[in-house]
Amino acid sequence: MSLCDLTAHELHKLFSSGEASATEIAEAHLERIEAIEQEVRAYVTVTRDRLLEAAAAADKARQSGEVIGPLTGIPMAIKDNIVTQGVKTTCASRILENFIPPYNATVVDRLYNAGGCLVGKANMDEFAMGSSCEHSHFGPTHNPWDTGRVPGGSSGGSAAAVAAGEAVFALGSDTGGSIRQPASFCGVVGMKPTYGRVSRYGLVAFASSLDQIGPFTRDITDCALVLNAICGHDPRDTTSASEPVPDFTESLVPDICGMRLGVPREYFEEGLSKGVREAVNSAIELLAEMGATVEECSLPHTRYALSTYYLIAPAEASSNLARYDGVRYGYRASGARDFVDMYKKTRYEGFGPEVRRRIMLGTYALSAGYYDAYYLKALKVRTLICKDFDNAFDKFDALVTPTAPTVAFSLGEKAADPLSMYLSDICTIPVNLAGLPALSVTCGFNEGMPVGLQLIGPHFAEGTLLRLGYALEQSTDFHRRRPPLTKTQEWDRNMEEAPDNAV
Amino acid sequence: MSISAGEVRHVAELARMALSDHEVEELSAQLSRILDHMETLRELPTDDVEPTAHVLPIRNVWRQDTVGESLPPDAALANAPERRGNYFLVPKIVER
Amino acid sequence: MRYEMVVGLEVHIELSTESKMFCDCSAKFGGEANTHVCPVCLGMPGVLPVPNKKAIDYAMRASLALNCQIAPFTKFDRKNYHYPDMPKDYQISQYDKPIGSNGYVVIRTDKGDRRIGIRRLHMEEDTGKSLHEGVAAGSLLDFNRAGVPLIEIVSEPDIRTAEEARLYLQKIRTIMLYTGVSDVKMEEGSMRCDANISLRPEGSSEFGTLVEIKNMNSFRSVQRALEYEAARQQSVLESGGRIVRETRHWDEGRGVTFSSRSKEEAHDYRYFPDPDLVPLEINQEWVDEVRRALPELPDQRFRRYVEEYNLPAYDARVLVEDLALAGFFDEAVAAGANPKAASNWIMVDLQGLLKGEGKSISEVKIKPSHLTQLIDLIEKATISGKIAKDVLVEVCFTGKDPESVVKEKGLVQITDESALIKAAEEVLAANPGPVEDYRKGKKNAIGFLVGQLMKATRGKANPGLANDILRKLLDGSV
Repeated sequence: MSLCDLTAHELHKLFSSGEASATEIAEAHLERIEAIEQEVRAYVTVTRDRLLEAAAAADKARQSGEVIGPLTGIPMAIKDNIVTQGVKTTCASRILENFIPPYNATVVDRLYNAGGCLVGKANMDEFAMGSSCEHSHFGPTHNPWDTGRVPGGSSGGSAAAVAAGEAVFALGSDTGGSIRQPASFCGVVGMKPTYGRVSRYGLVAFASSLDQIGPFTRDITDCALVLNAICGHDPRDTTSASEPVPDFTESLVPDICGMRLGVPREYFEEGLSKGVREAVNSAIELLAEMGATVEECSLPHTRYALSTYYLIAPAEASSNLARYDGVRYGYRASGARDFVDMYKKTRYEGFGPEVRRRIMLGTYALSAGYYDAYYLKALKVRTLICKDFDNAFDKFDALVTPTAPTVAFSLGEKAADPLSMYLSDICTIPVNLAGLPALSVTCGFNEGMPVGLQLIGPHFAEGTLLRLGYALEQSTDFHRRRPPLTKTQEWDRNMEEAPDNAV
Repeated sequence: MSISAGEVRHVAELARMALSDHEVEELSAQLSRILDHMETLRELPTDDVEPTAHVLPIRNVWRQDTVGESLPPDAALANAPERRGNYFLVPKIVER
Repeated sequence: MRYEMVVGLEVHIELSTESKMFCDCSAKFGGEANTHVCPVCLGMPGVLPVPNKKAIDYAMRASLALNCQIAPFTKFDRKNYHYPDMPKDYQISQYDKPIGSNGYVVIRTDKGDRRIGIRRLHMEEDTGKSLHEGVAAGSLLDFNRAGVPLIEIVSEPDIRTAEEARLYLQKIRTIMLYTGVSDVKMEEGSMRCDANISLRPEGSSEFGTLVEIKNMNSFRSVQRALEYEAARQQSVLESGGRIVRETRHWDEGRGVTFSSRSKEEAHDYRYFPDPDLVPLEINQEWVDEVRRALPELPDQRFRRYVEEYNLPAYDARVLVEDLALAGFFDEAVAAGANPKAASNWIMVDLQGLLKGEGKSISEVKIKPSHLTQLIDLIEKATISGKIAKDVLVEVCFTGKDPESVVKEKGLVQITDESALIKAAEEVLAANPGPVEDYRKGKKNAIGFLVGQLMKATRGKANPGLANDILRKLLDGSV
């Protein structure tokens, strides 16, 4: 196995014992990028020099005897809607093509302080609007398991980078499933923490009341380590919770005896593929075998979640994206007659069709005469959806569902039909509406593609989800599988050290 | 529910978005279809339901009135499409 | 037909906090262009607003001073519209739950007191500034003001004359000065006013078509603009025309309102609760705390001056309307000055001097205790009222206390009879004509002789004593 295929906690052992330097780890990742990035296209920007500098600093710190944290010297990818001072942050949009922020997002500062080394900025659907990573101004990212398929979205670049060994972990953002669905499609661990658990300061807003930053990792232990680094109250974000943050590694115990799990039947209805159903059901059986009690339950308002989401999110987005006007930063159309003309041209030329569509939808939903019928109505239905979950969590510690109704679909398959694309978020969207934490872990393979299991918990119960995920991980080996693409590369490059192809 | 081309144009005006005639037609069809899907919400009685704008019951968060550091003008203007001295330059603004 | 105007005013006031409403950039007026800006107030991607506690307290204080109720639950909303001087292309404001509502102020008109309702008071953020003049390439933007905390005070349509509008604005301004929440300078834009005006036949209770007037930069221009607009609307109505609902701009130079040429697009602000800002819950304890910190307000002070000090209503009003003068007066009285005398000195001599110099009370060196001392010197007959006027001028320019001035310049009144008799005899000897006249029965000739004696003593003679002595000498009773 290459250094690129290890987890952060495995690399930490090698690094802190001196078996591998941070520079070696960084160089291995740059080589991997060199070898396969053409096929995967996970990054908008690769910050090669920064990575090597940060790795050298980590090596120096270790050599001078400084305390080494679990993420020191670990290469990471950051979704390109999380601002990085001095490094282009584009949101995969023409309108921010050359935008270099003068500040860091709170999570970026926290990860830098924890010793994380930036590899680059990960590709995404423009302004996080999409479920396939095809709506990027810079072209689509490809699924490392099958480059003819999408990696999911919107955080497709982050998921693909971690799956392909182009970064050890990555940050993404999740507004309606944008971490969990690509994690599921790419066979990695993805966590959307409780709304308010991680500061949104520096996350370029899509839908502020739904957006949340979270990690992509290769296993549950790494997920806990990254959460430890990024969670916690931030005075710059008034919606960030002051709830104390536990040490999430304490949840890494392989014992789930007596935990009560609910299986909401609405998540297993039409549209769920047979392969996904089977993989999810066998994971549920496994959890039951390990001592959890499993019971079917109902979240009756689930069927309204998609409509609710597609009113609230575009409405907030239409306002959040108003600022891209060509005045203070970003793209400005040329040849405008006056400032109004400049605005219209800039926004037309600067935004892609999906973003324009959602801005239009959201503007319509908020406009005079429709506010009560659409936006206000959606906020009320949101209350009902929250209550469904509240009722369920009176009985259960967590809910178990598929992360997405299918495995990764083919590139271009849903590009022409916005509504069918929206439907691929059907299992993840209700969670954002209720601000709950949810975890996607690989629970099987179908058609050679990973299948994700979604674990949903009550507010601030990330620990519970990690414990369940960890237990599952202990009795399966899905998390050790690597996409064939990376193996071929390793095979070609290090013939005599060919990795064990088992699993 | 259908959105007419006229409504699409009005919304585009509010959103400050240029659109070609073809796109107006296309959006009118797409938005109508999406809003048709939204119609399912109407069947739910919600008269007695409070809207949820924030999922957590956080209240009264503020900062104290102290002055911190501002950006140096060059950093503030570094991303400006056009500038004159320390000002952002935009095409002529017509009287509001 | 006689028409009456129905006017409601929207007043924007910048709060004088140290930092901006939602970020910690300086809120100070002025500064080089784009030096008081940061990612938050420039509306850069990813930033979030955090409200300024002091601005919330100030908005509550202003609400209470305007007799408003404080909302127990309030929140921030987004007002969506595009304009280049507004960085986020939406303004954080308050829509359906303003922090203050249902208040009023009382104005004093010729026809007596009038109560003008305050519909609402809400918090919002200011925009940047654009410069258009003399720039061929386009317009220039400076975001130093963007994000400075504002309150907007919306009156009920209770105003019926242009004069009432001016009095209302003056009242609001005075109250804001008293509360200390703003420096309310119209010339620096920290107080701004838009008007909604419609006309209706006198006696009617219906409302006419509303016209909004913007760009009025002084109290006087508000009054002029409303007078102009009422006359314009009247002539439209009288010629059988109809008023168009529109926004008009006041042109100070030409003295007219004009419709902006660009086609007015329907306002659709698409308000919705700002998801980046959590709501505010204001309990009674908090309201009480702000109320306790509320200083004496103009109406209370007016009553105190009239009822406790017996000042004439006119004098009391002049003092009350100038916070600095009223403060000066109160301190002088607190230091022991007779209120009526202090008021007179401030109203007449001090005001006259300030007006002549074009200065405010804080720009001259006299202290309230100086006035107390000056009045004391007069009451003790150490100096005459006439000399006191000169002493006042000297104190204003040098800052020396009156007693020192009197001593240094030897201005102590001559109250020693023997010293005066000698001077009086000399005056009589030098003026045989008037002496003759007096003795022949022209008793008022004594006035001239007293004047001569005052002159001879360079004003230091006690005028009463001078009169007595001359009379006695002339009547031969000495």
